[in-house]
Amino acid sequence: MKIEVLGMGCTNCNKLYQNAVEAVKLSGKEIEVTKVEDIKKIMSYGVLSTPALVIDGLVKVAGKVPKVEDIKEWIK
Amino acid sequence: MKGWEMTEKCLCEPNEVIIFSCAGSSNVGQIANQAAIKLAQDGVGRYFCLAGIGGHVSGMIESTKAGKMLIAIDGCSVGSAKKTLEHAGFNISEHVQVTDLGIEKNHNLNILSPDINKVAQHLESQISQRRGLR
Repeated sequence: MKIEVLGMGCTNCNKLYQNAVEAVKLSGKEIEVTKVEDIKKIMSYGVLSTPALVIDGLVKVAGKVPKVEDIKEWIK
Repeated sequence: MKGWEMTEKCLCEPNEVIIFSCAGSSNVGQIANQAAIKLAQDGVGRYFCLAGIGGHVSGMIESTKAGKMLIAIDGCSVGSAKKTLEHAGFNISEHVQVTDLGIEKNHNLNILSPDINKVAQHLESQISQRRGLR
C-alpha cells in the first residue's frame, strides 16, 4: 500500500501529512507516506483542491483534512 | 486574485464556486463552454472538467465535493451537464440553459461574443444573488 499527500506545503497540507503518518502508526502496518508538492504531479491526479490524500493511486479526499480515524479506516 | 491565476500558484484556496459546462457539439454547447471560461477568467468561480465527472476520475470527484456552490451550464434542454453531475450524486446550486436565454440552437460553431457575454452575465447575477442569500 502507498499513501501520498498532495499539497504545496500549506498548513492544511502539513496537517494532513501528520494525520496520515499518525494513522499508519496506529494501524501497525508498514506503509510509506510521501508528500507530493509538485503542482504538475498534483494536477495529474485530476485534483483541483488541496490538500488531498491518495491511497494506492485513488484520491480519497480533496480540499479538506480527514481525521486520523478516517484515514485509519481507509488503510485497514 | 482571479480564479484562473490561482490554479498556477496554489490549489489550497477553497473553491467556493465550481463551474461546469456541457461543451456540446452545437452553437449553444460551445457558448456554454465559453461562458464558463469567461466566468473563471473574471474570477467568479473555478472552471472544472465535466468529462472528469462523467469518467469518475477520483481526483475530480473529490475536488468537486469540496465545492460550496456548483454551477451547471447547459446549451439546450438535453441537459447533459446537469445530468452528468446528478448522476455522480451532486446537487447543483445553479443551472442555466443557453436556449432559455433566447439563443436558438443550431450547428454553426462560429459563436458570437455577445451571446457568450449574455450567458456569463446572467450567471454572474444569479451567483451574486445566491451569495447574498447565504
